[in-house]
Amino acid sequence: MPSTIELKQETEVKVESIPAHVPIVKIDKLNVYSKGTHILKDVSTVIPKNKITVLLGPSGCGKTTLLKCLNRLTDLYPDLKINGSIKIDGEDIFDAGRDITTIRQKMGLLLQRPYPLPMSIYDNIAYGLKLKGIRKKKIVNAKVEKHLKEVALWDEVKDRLKTSAQRLSIGQQQRLCLARGLAVEPEIILADEPSSALDPISSKVIDEEFLRLKSDYTIILVTHSLRQAKRLGDNIIFMYYGEIVESGPAEQVFENPQSKILQEYLRVGH
Amino acid sequence: MTVRRKYEENFFRFLSFLFTAIIVFALVQIIWTIAKKGVPSLSWQIISQEPKGGYYFGKDGGILNAIAGSFYLAVSATVLAFIISLPVALFMNIYLIRYQRLLIGIRFFLDVLWGVPSIVYGAFSFTLLMYLGYKNSLGAGTITVAAMITPIMIRAMDEVVKTIPIGLQEASLALGSTKTETAYKVFFREALPGFATAILLAFGRGIGDAASVLFTAGYTDYIPHSFSEPTATLPLAIFFQLSSPIEEVQNRAYAAAVILTLIVLVLSVSARLLKPRK
Ligand SMILES: Nc1ncnc2c1ncn2[C@@H]1O[C@H](COP(=O)(O)OP(=O)(O)O)[C@@H](O)[C@H]1O
Ligand SMILES: [Mg+2]
Repeated sequence: MPSTIELKQETEVKVESIPAHVPIVKIDKLNVYSKGTHILKDVSTVIPKNKITVLLGPSGCGKTTLLKCLNRLTDLYPDLKINGSIKIDGEDIFDAGRDITTIRQKMGLLLQRPYPLPMSIYDNIAYGLKLKGIRKKKIVNAKVEKHLKEVALWDEVKDRLKTSAQRLSIGQQQRLCLARGLAVEPEIILADEPSSALDPISSKVIDEEFLRLKSDYTIILVTHSLRQAKRLGDNIIFMYYGEIVESGPAEQVFENPQSKILQEYLRVGH
Repeated sequence: MTVRRKYEENFFRFLSFLFTAIIVFALVQIIWTIAKKGVPSLSWQIISQEPKGGYYFGKDGGILNAIAGSFYLAVSATVLAFIISLPVALFMNIYLIRYQRLLIGIRFFLDVLWGVPSIVYGAFSFTLLMYLGYKNSLGAGTITVAAMITPIMIRAMDEVVKTIPIGLQEASLALGSTKTETAYKVFFREALPGFATAILLAFGRGIGDAASVLFTAGYTDYIPHSFSEPTATLPLAIFFQLSSPIEEVQNRAYAAAVILTLIVLVLSVSARLLKPRK
């Protein structure tokens, strides 16, 4: 037993010293099946630190499923059978067992629609802090303010922090959800078409926030919008029918697509 | 439209109208009958005093014992049922969400329990509690009524929790909540307005039921002071007074029925008003 603990500590030390270009997420031969359909096929890739990696592809190609594998929200769906490995900071999330909550806190999640918690704006952010054991009023207040400012929401809500978050507009709710995720101090932000339900102005605000946040966070952004992928992506992973068809730096993927499917996708998307 | 379809349309419209009218007529008749006989006997005395000597022969007194007893019984049974129902409804929708077949089975089972006549609960509890050495009491009545309304409450709460989108569960888990935290800190609050409706529904069912308490709660002219004492209830007060040959006592039964009907009416209307609008 002691030896495994030592080993873990060792890997953690290594993580600290990872240079920025070294992968933070490593996916190896990931397969997801559901009742006879093969949703993800032998997906292997790496996701580098402090970059925006865009998962691009048509609807139904498995982007959401891949994203949900990363923080094991797939646990909620009994039909899904998963094999392969996903290492985050060198730790295989499928070995984590019940400690998955700690791993999930390394990742903030933004869904297609915002789901504010049924409590006040303030408590939406304080909630995650409390889970991490941060309860001191002063610290919580400071963090609430900091993260609401981080998503440019502070000025809009500072006078009504105690009112229900569900009364905000959809765009404000989505930014609140981002702030809520940032408050648990994740390393990674998982975003599943975060602006697809938003008006153009809110979605632009979210885009700009991502560009600012990437110096501190690793962002994995799912989108089917070429425009958004080009605007934000440092790296592109192009998926089609559950497979990664092509991946690489954005310029390379967009300027010099190798596969017929991607060429077609880029042409039609214009 | 062909002539035939026109006839069909008119025929079925007529049928719907007819049956709606019958239902409304029956309801009005019931309320009218109770009110006609009961309202003249309503008085401050009847709701503020316990039965005095000779009450059941038409002398002074009231049914405060039954009003208070019914409230004690219904409130404690509702509290007990809620304590049982809350974890079950949350457990079903958070832990068992992966096992849809099992869930369908549990829901079916609860619906069957919902449909079991209350006299069966009464007889069952009577046998069980007497075997365990309990006597007729507020406590025994509470347990019986709680057993009867728990399936109702679980299913009503379950229907509320079921409508919570899975996205909220994902959001909560993604923040690092455990399932238990998701259940009690997130789902509970989200479902609270709906739970109020479920509670009132079960309470209304509990306070109006006679058969379940017939064998277990006993009957007394006094207001109970502990769970081990027997208690009167409104439905039984109606039942006993109505069996009297004296007309004045019979009319007091109708007065008790008016009171019970008003309580249930207020509960149903509040349940409706509290129901979250979609
Ligand atoms: N829980 C699930 N059970 C069964 N099939 C699923 C489940 N989730 C997704 N799928 C299927 O997997 C495929 C990929 O879905 P998804 O990952 O949502 O694609 P995308 O996000 O790229 O639109 C779809 O065909 C979808 O029907
Ligand atoms: Mg999707």
